[in-house]
Amino acid sequence: MEQILANGIYLGAQYAMIALGLTLIFALMNVLNFAHGQMYVLGGFVTYTFYGQLGWPFVIALLASCITLAVLGALIERFLFAPVIRRSNREESTMLLAAGLAFLFDALILLIFGEKQRGVPKIINGVFNWDFRLIMPYDRILICVLAILSIVTFILFMQYSKTGRALRALAQDRTAAQLMGVNVARYSMIGFALGAMLAGLVGGLLVTITGVNLGMGGPTSIKAFMMVMIGGAGVISGAIAGGIILGFMEAIGLAVLSQYGDITYLLIFVSLMVFLAIRPQGLMGKPWG
Amino acid sequence: MKRRNLMKSSVALAMAASVFGSVVWAENPVLKVGFVGVTSGPAAAWGISNQRSMEARAAWINEAGGYKIGDTTYDIEIVSFDDQKDPKRAIAGMEKMAQEGIHYVVGPNVDDGAAAVRPVAEAQGIMYFPYAFPKELYSAPASNAVLGMVANYQSGPAIYKYLKDEKGVKSVAFVAANESDPLSQRDGGVEAAKALGLEVVSDNVTYQVDTTDFTPVLTPVMRTQPDLLVLSGVSPANAPQLIRSARELGFQGIISTETAQDATVLREGAGDLANGFISVGGASTPEIASDDMKEFVTRYTDMFGEYNDESNTKVYALEYILATLNANPAGIDDVKAFQTTMDTFEAPNPFMKGDAVMRYVGTTSFGQKRQIAVPLVVNVYQDGAFETLFVAEVD
Repeated sequence: MEQILANGIYLGAQYAMIALGLTLIFALMNVLNFAHGQMYVLGGFVTYTFYGQLGWPFVIALLASCITLAVLGALIERFLFAPVIRRSNREESTMLLAAGLAFLFDALILLIFGEKQRGVPKIINGVFNWDFRLIMPYDRILICVLAILSIVTFILFMQYSKTGRALRALAQDRTAAQLMGVNVARYSMIGFALGAMLAGLVGGLLVTITGVNLGMGGPTSIKAFMMVMIGGAGVISGAIAGGIILGFMEAIGLAVLSQYGDITYLLIFVSLMVFLAIRPQGLMGKPWG
Repeated sequence: MKRRNLMKSSVALAMAASVFGSVVWAENPVLKVGFVGVTSGPAAAWGISNQRSMEARAAWINEAGGYKIGDTTYDIEIVSFDDQKDPKRAIAGMEKMAQEGIHYVVGPNVDDGAAAVRPVAEAQGIMYFPYAFPKELYSAPASNAVLGMVANYQSGPAIYKYLKDEKGVKSVAFVAANESDPLSQRDGGVEAAKALGLEVVSDNVTYQVDTTDFTPVLTPVMRTQPDLLVLSGVSPANAPQLIRSARELGFQGIISTETAQDATVLREGAGDLANGFISVGGASTPEIASDDMKEFVTRYTDMFGEYNDESNTKVYALEYILATLNANPAGIDDVKAFQTTMDTFEAPNPFMKGDAVMRYVGTTSFGQKRQIAVPLVVNVYQDGAFETLFVAEVD
């Protein structure tokens, strides 16, 4: 039981971080960013390069991931999404753009980093073992704590900073925010950069545990969309809740159902379908969008 | 008028350039060899190592003046198609190969893709070299598939017997991804282990192929305390994480797999925790690699920046195709002639030291020679490199 709880918290924290960036971008711009998983992978590769290859301190490599993805996100918003949104009222235009970006990133990652699985040295050695009732490597505990701290920091930033308030205003009502003097173009770019930075941050954190390879982007995006759908699209607290719920479902399923084969995700998908049939807007989403 | 003259000049220039260019470029006629496999997504490493092995070898051959088959020397061109591990795409890829007049294709990389392309290959006269294990692909009445590596039901028993006899292994647990290849390899491994008298303590734990954290997956397996943990059909992307999780959960026994792995990936992903990991490789370990193999590794590295140890096995398929065509040039357009030659074909193995030969095998497993004789090299990972544990042959 203790192991299931620990695994649930650990998985939930990392999943929530992955979903946060995706839901933030959706809330601000109504863009389903299919390239979010690829941004996560790119963040992992940046940390791999600086920490694993060049031997820089992990914290600096993590910062490099955040900055690289933030800059990339800002550029993508400014030169790709913003013009498309300006010129087209059709939502599928941005969806196609995001899908195209995902393919582009996959191709670039293959060219730059190759096809192999990459890993980095452990940031902390040793395993916490409580009488074999709870076994957890120290690096997982550290990453879990860092992920929770990042989520709390993000919530505080969104709640109390001027930029955070502007972003929330933008998410609630774009026109009203504009009328209140919020520079919509600027804060859209900042919001997209922040979402991409979150993807880079979690990619950089998790590369120390899971490693990274070019094929991880698509499945990561799918999981992120699942969490966002569970919690409610565009709702920050919903993404966190969705991540934690998915993390616990996975941890419980793998522990309890393992003797029946890999039916954990089958049951998760079935549960998600039933849940969405009953509550299509998710736990915390509004029925009107 | 001026514009018309300009257009005429342009057309003439373009024609002259294309004629001149083709004369200079195509010194030799071109022999196209296809590749249909997965070069994107989580299993991309499997197909990319295939494709790059073929491209590196083809470039080497072309640089040396081409490959002589009969009286003609050919430049080799590799035509690739990413099937994205999707059987429907694999069929489309094989149809594309047929449209291009290609009779020899390496791939697909997985069971369902290899099974899906069989009707197209047999109808269109294409010999294909999959990296998939179902016996029906290679047993009569199937005729056009040639297994490109050693199957798990051939390597597994050899590895388990070695570990039983030499390391005192008595119990074994199997873990596999929830996909057709790893599951069928797990089932074959369980059967082989039981036949050897090993106790199978766990064989029903599986994982999603996109799993990134294996600690929850392996926790119930570790409670069974096996002597040997077999990672059935594990992809190079998942192997280091599984090893790392098992060791961090306190597993002290032996870990093995029947798939090819990459030493760099293991070093980066699991470090010293991967020491002692047993896998199946090819012919690049120092003990058995020939000078040609060493040159291939150098050329591959120069071309793509980094070598992939999986290519130790995947270098062979193109070599077999070309050497068999050399033995019977009629096979270039006639796969029946190629098939006839397979029964008696023998040529020196350029990638191994000593007097190793290339020949077709598989009579024991498939009732006909539909497998290339890749050496069964069982490796153990130690401190960043593979060491040869033992070498065996398959028939």
